[in-house]
Amino acid sequence: MATREVISTGNELAAIAAVDAGCMFFGGYPLTPSSEVMHVASDLLPKKGGVAIQMEDEIAGICCVIGAAMSGVRALTATSGPGMSLKAENLGLAQMAEVPLVCVNVMRGGPSTGLPTRVAQGDILQSKNPSHGDYKSITLCAGSLAECYTETVRAFNIADRFMQPVIVLLDETLGHMHGKADIPTVEDVEAGIVPRKRFDGAPEDYFPYECEHDEPAVLNPMFEGYRYHFTGLHHDTNGFPTEEIETCRKLIQRLEDKVALHEDEVESYEEFMMDDAEIMLVAYGSVSLAAKEAIRYLRADGIKAGLFRPITIWPSPAKKIKEYTDKIEKVLVVELNIGQFHSEVQRAAARLDIEGLFKVNGRPLSPHEIVSKVKEL
Amino acid sequence: MAFNYDKYLRLQKMPTLWCWGCGDGVILKTFVRAIDKMGISQDDVCVVSGIGCSGRFSSYIDFNTVHTTHGRTVAYATGVKLANPDKLVVCVAGDGDALAIGGNHTIHGCRRNIDLTFIIINNFIYGLTNSQTSPTTPQGFWTVSQKAGNIDPTFNTCNLAIASGASFVARETMIEPKKLEKTMIKAMQHKGFALLEVLSNCHINLGRKNKMLSAMENLEWIDSISMPKKKYDALTPEEQLNILPTGVLKHDTEVKEYCEMYAEIQKVHQGERKKITQDDFAKKI
Repeated sequence: MATREVISTGNELAAIAAVDAGCMFFGGYPLTPSSEVMHVASDLLPKKGGVAIQMEDEIAGICCVIGAAMSGVRALTATSGPGMSLKAENLGLAQMAEVPLVCVNVMRGGPSTGLPTRVAQGDILQSKNPSHGDYKSITLCAGSLAECYTETVRAFNIADRFMQPVIVLLDETLGHMHGKADIPTVEDVEAGIVPRKRFDGAPEDYFPYECEHDEPAVLNPMFEGYRYHFTGLHHDTNGFPTEEIETCRKLIQRLEDKVALHEDEVESYEEFMMDDAEIMLVAYGSVSLAAKEAIRYLRADGIKAGLFRPITIWPSPAKKIKEYTDKIEKVLVVELNIGQFHSEVQRAAARLDIEGLFKVNGRPLSPHEIVSKVKEL
Repeated sequence: MAFNYDKYLRLQKMPTLWCWGCGDGVILKTFVRAIDKMGISQDDVCVVSGIGCSGRFSSYIDFNTVHTTHGRTVAYATGVKLANPDKLVVCVAGDGDALAIGGNHTIHGCRRNIDLTFIIINNFIYGLTNSQTSPTTPQGFWTVSQKAGNIDPTFNTCNLAIASGASFVARETMIEPKKLEKTMIKAMQHKGFALLEVLSNCHINLGRKNKMLSAMENLEWIDSISMPKKKYDALTPEEQLNILPTGVLKHDTEVKEYCEMYAEIQKVHQGERKKITQDDFAKKI
């Protein structure tokens, strides 16, 4: 596939990717360290006839994006941890009503106001269940500048396939990293767009939420003669509120199963020097860049280390993790939080002896810190 | 011939969940008649409602309908409208939804002057959830969260909207559906943010402990606290204190509408015009 070389930042690349992927609407609120996504979207979207609006708060930011997406357009919002907390309830409505959208979260130190300008990976567990209730989140995590672009593009296609919000996790380091990246051409991205399904029959035969037990709703754009109802309440095949016992059960089970039974379609990970690895590092996001460098140093010292990097964080590549942890004794999860993905690796591995190297002071992990930790194992 | 509502109703959802004598039904029927008179296709209308009794409004009528989270109607509708500027987008919410949890979106919708119609059904109470205090509950009223008597000062919905920059602001009561219909049409035809407060009854959860046990008693109270703007303007300030004026209170057709202004932004980025500067606006600060 042809690529093009760009010099940019992770935040800019996420915005450019959205526009290339056919996004026509951005709504958001300024939030460090994600604001550049809005800055770039506000330049690029009006140029192609789209809209970027700075709303009065984070909640309004996600709400207008859901409204635009309900009407049929691809829509984006971007924020960081505090904004994710505020958007949580309405992300839940988008899960319940099956409204596709992409939410970029450029992670900073938390909890609360935390460390606004510094890096962290503390929103891993939040991104699994930002809102109350049962549903299955899809969260993608970029590990390089190029992936800030490609994962945002992939997020839009996954959102339309599964009809739900997709969260793209960046972190402050990646978001503000300025460098060279090889990204796909606009033509290739456009050729790869898979728009959401639509119903083309007679309006009286249209039941947007009548679908197989493991399939998403088919939501036609508004204003095209297919009038139906969106709600955050439990609803029937027409979208109307109901408390009918079996309808309620089937709906929530379907929200789970439409993703759970198709995890292979979203699964994505990278294996770096894993072929002969005797020590496995697990890292994602900007930390994976330090981990790769650490592995090169370790290999120079004769230590056979490799990296397993989840790109789709939720659903996690649990089977692949277990395959490796069944073979490899020494496993080290390296992350900028206190074991948020570590607990997932322990769960997937069904082992309680997974090692961790955690850092929560707002500073990145250096390759040398990782090398030292591996040598202690 | 009597008006036939069937075309606009989701008949399978009838009867409504609203209590006997509730004003919401009167307002819903008025809305349907207004749309019919305007001659707009149901396909070209989006109705966005919030949470509370009025939240059910959108599920009973056959349009493109959205039942949002609590307080967020204007924010959702802003997205629908900006992505589809040629469509009619109408929000319906109660006093708690629009003025308490959603107050921020209400004032900023007014400020932006985006072309939405916001019907706020003010029944002075949280009716659906058993009589908690709302931002319009009169001081001294009994509520389930202030059984000793409500001490919270009230919002004046229309004054808030006028101060926030809405270009069309009106108040009516559900006691006079014909007048309400006329004003509702004006609100929906207005290009810009149109806020229409409709005073309505909740004899069940406002009235039961405030000596208005029937719908009629509740409506008589609404009648006693409201009067047409012309009559209201003739009152002394002391007399005006406890009266809410009805009719069109503000109608400014000069102020720029947000979607139209955004179209100018698009033109700038597409190289079709110069950047927007202060010279484009009469009001500079």
